[in-house]
Amino acid sequence: MESQRTYFGRALVELGRRNPSVVVVGADTTESLKSIEFGKAFPDRFFQLGIAEPNMISVAAGLAAAGKIPFATTYSVFGSAHTYNIIRQNVAYTNLNVKVFCSHAGLTVGPDGATHQINEDLGLMRGIPRMTVLVPADGPETGKCVAAAAAMKGPVYCRFSRTNVPTITSMEDEFVIGKARVLRDGSDIALIGCGLMVARCLEAAEALKRAGIKARVINLSTVKPLDVATIDRAARETGGIVTAEEHTVVHGIGGAIATAIAANHPVPMAYIGVQDVFGESGEADELLHKYGLTTENIVDAAHGVMKRRARSE
Amino acid sequence: MSPPSQARDGAGQATVDVSEELIATLKKKAVTLRKHIIRMTHNAQSGHPGGSMSAADIVTALYFHVLRVDPKNPTWPDRDRFVLSKGHACPVWYAALAERGFFPVDELLTFRKLNSRLQGHPELGTTPGVENAAGAEGQGLSFSVGLALAARMDHKPWRVYCILGDGEQDVGQTWEAAMASSKYGLDNLTAFIDRNGIQQEGRTEDIMPLEPLAEKWEAFNWHVLTIDGHDFRQILAAIEEAHRTRGRPTAVISRTVKGKGVSFMENKIKYHGAATSDEELKLALAELEAQEASIWP
Repeated sequence: MESQRTYFGRALVELGRRNPSVVVVGADTTESLKSIEFGKAFPDRFFQLGIAEPNMISVAAGLAAAGKIPFATTYSVFGSAHTYNIIRQNVAYTNLNVKVFCSHAGLTVGPDGATHQINEDLGLMRGIPRMTVLVPADGPETGKCVAAAAAMKGPVYCRFSRTNVPTITSMEDEFVIGKARVLRDGSDIALIGCGLMVARCLEAAEALKRAGIKARVINLSTVKPLDVATIDRAARETGGIVTAEEHTVVHGIGGAIATAIAANHPVPMAYIGVQDVFGESGEADELLHKYGLTTENIVDAAHGVMKRRARSE
Repeated sequence: MSPPSQARDGAGQATVDVSEELIATLKKKAVTLRKHIIRMTHNAQSGHPGGSMSAADIVTALYFHVLRVDPKNPTWPDRDRFVLSKGHACPVWYAALAERGFFPVDELLTFRKLNSRLQGHPELGTTPGVENAAGAEGQGLSFSVGLALAARMDHKPWRVYCILGDGEQDVGQTWEAAMASSKYGLDNLTAFIDRNGIQQEGRTEDIMPLEPLAEKWEAFNWHVLTIDGHDFRQILAAIEEAHRTRGRPTAVISRTVKGKGVSFMENKIKYHGAATSDEELKLALAELEAQEASIWP
């Protein structure tokens, strides 16, 4: 189990060393996010702007308009919902090179409760034209998101977790924005997850294997632009899809994938995610269990999809 | 263009020693911009003439005497930056940019029409010379802070000028930006507050009282000047004083008249967001032409 934030802070410092145009703005959460590491290494390129996230986003936009590559860093609830129209008008509409990187996404924020557990940010951000939306599955991928976001031109939103997550990728794995990665091949059903749910998809695939079911596991670390080719191939070759996300099912990756395959090759689907409700205080694992985001939930959903497919054949 | 030579009297009222010719030229240009504003909003039968006209003299002073910009190279990296936070007043910006040579004056009448480069509110990257997107209020000063920080990081002499509406003083983000500006001592940032006293639904003091406004900005650690926003000598003197001020950003509270220049539009809430009728268009243009003719030399 590793901290995505540790990888984030380290990657920011490495990037800052390579690229003097990179700057970081923060909103009184920089120690928690480890973006303070960048501030320690490059104090002249680090701006602590206080609990004023709208201002932070617009300041980042101004820095980008003058040629800087700003990373705006805070908790997901503030970096998406609280700043939605600022990002829309000052970052995306302007097509500026601002990178909004946020931790504390989803239920697993834990004891802080529903005010801090944003399960709606991916829907908000993927709905905005020009936005690239990233959800790294683990620590190494979080670091790669930093480098990849800086290497592309245009606005990026990236969300990751407060809680430590299992490491399922390696530093050597290729990471390309817009490419979903098949982590495990299989032809009976596809499990497509993002963030910390990818590890649970892998566990679910292992459990399904014991029942003689070969599950393909896809790490959807880019939510937008969606890798339609990889998803479409999974639909055609497996005939059924379960999506898994630490996000509301109303407008998360399940909906994005369903929209994409319905236009090409519709197959039975099930959606593991938060069911249009707010979270509550509790430990991360307790919350994932209570709100139906466990390995067992994915396994059950896979069986359900396969039964529906069998009935329709 | 170089900043004006200047002198100050001792009474706190800023004045500046500039030639009669310069003042006359600026006055004429401001009338030209107002005529464009009237024609553009009339042609579109929408838009915001009142707040465009109140800001016309400040915009004229900046674009025709102060800003170092290059119409042939609108993205010249070392240009001064002009940020219009009150995006609804973009007719005055478009008019100034066209008159300054950023794009053809003929194009002004495409304002708010389909396929135009002149959107109803400013869009970055579409209109040559436009530096920010604005429409949702209260974001422009923060954007200006980012620009000013970048100039300072790169040790560049270019400056940032931002025009805010007084209605925008309602917006919390304006004050977030005010705090950040003074935290970082952004003396390369000058904010003009177009204090015309009217917002969409009424008088600012009825909608959300702002006074004492100068004291608010002072409390936020800005260098604050209060001027007549239709007096070119005072506008130029304020800019000169902002240039001389070290360690703090300067806020210029500019007392203006909404709809300034056309008698029946002045101080009328209606013309915040209403175009003139065909009959009013004729009257307005006739008034502005009479003003133009009376400016000497």
